[in-house]
Amino acid sequence: MTWGVLQFPGSCDERDALFACERAGDGARLIWHESRDLDGVDGIVVPGGFSYGDYLRAGAIARFSPAMEAVAEAAAGGAPVLGICNGFQVLCEAGLLPGALLRNAELRFRCHQVDLIEVGSEERLSIPAKHGEGRYYAPEAMLDEMETNGQIAYRYAEGHNSNGSVRDIAGVTNDRGNVLGLMPHPEHAVDPLTGSTDGLRVFERMSRVAA
Amino acid sequence: MLIRPKEGILDPQGKAVERALPALGFEGIGQVHVGRMVELEAESPERLDELCEKLLANPLIEDYEIQTL
Repeated sequence: MTWGVLQFPGSCDERDALFACERAGDGARLIWHESRDLDGVDGIVVPGGFSYGDYLRAGAIARFSPAMEAVAEAAAGGAPVLGICNGFQVLCEAGLLPGALLRNAELRFRCHQVDLIEVGSEERLSIPAKHGEGRYYAPEAMLDEMETNGQIAYRYAEGHNSNGSVRDIAGVTNDRGNVLGLMPHPEHAVDPLTGSTDGLRVFERMSRVAA
Repeated sequence: MLIRPKEGILDPQGKAVERALPALGFEGIGQVHVGRMVELEAESPERLDELCEKLLANPLIEDYEIQTL
């Protein structure tokens, strides 16, 4: 599949995302935030960084960009959409994913390798995390509903939840399963040189959504 | 507009400020919460609630209050 990677002013992980998409798929191209053109793109990555300087709230302004309007339409049509870190925040603010991401409980920007467990397969993934606002939050009733629907995609392994996320949640999907957001960075774990290739499994998961 | 964290949601920023107070000699202060204030001029107040719901606050995690001056 061919991926499109959004680029906002303040994005900083779009190049790694592009590289990861090229490894995991058949090609990838950048999509500037002012463009609505998703032609030839099967799936979309909303990458990490600090879109629009994280002004107001992380992701709050990016969601109104023309590119995000096009992504919302594509998501409604069933296209796979992967939001990483700031991209996860953008998807939550846009209402494409349930919940919100708050300041880390310890107030520190955390940057380290974390272990994730994929819910369902129980596979363990080693992937870097780097964020200051990654504490996943949703009201209890919403969380219960998400658990029932199988919308919890990844949890931090025991001892790896360093941001205080509720129920150790690291990644969630929408009801349909084609939109996935997670705080850790699979695009930084696609080559043995950087210690792990487990990130590819996240991209492969999204490819299966497209199939 | 005054925007503050919803009651019951952990507010680590408020907690950090609260913890710093005794060291500065401020006693008897608790329940510190840090929010933000947005000032704007509007020709009519009609759509300000909508503005808060859609952009200035995230209703899932924040409460807002509109004060007219």
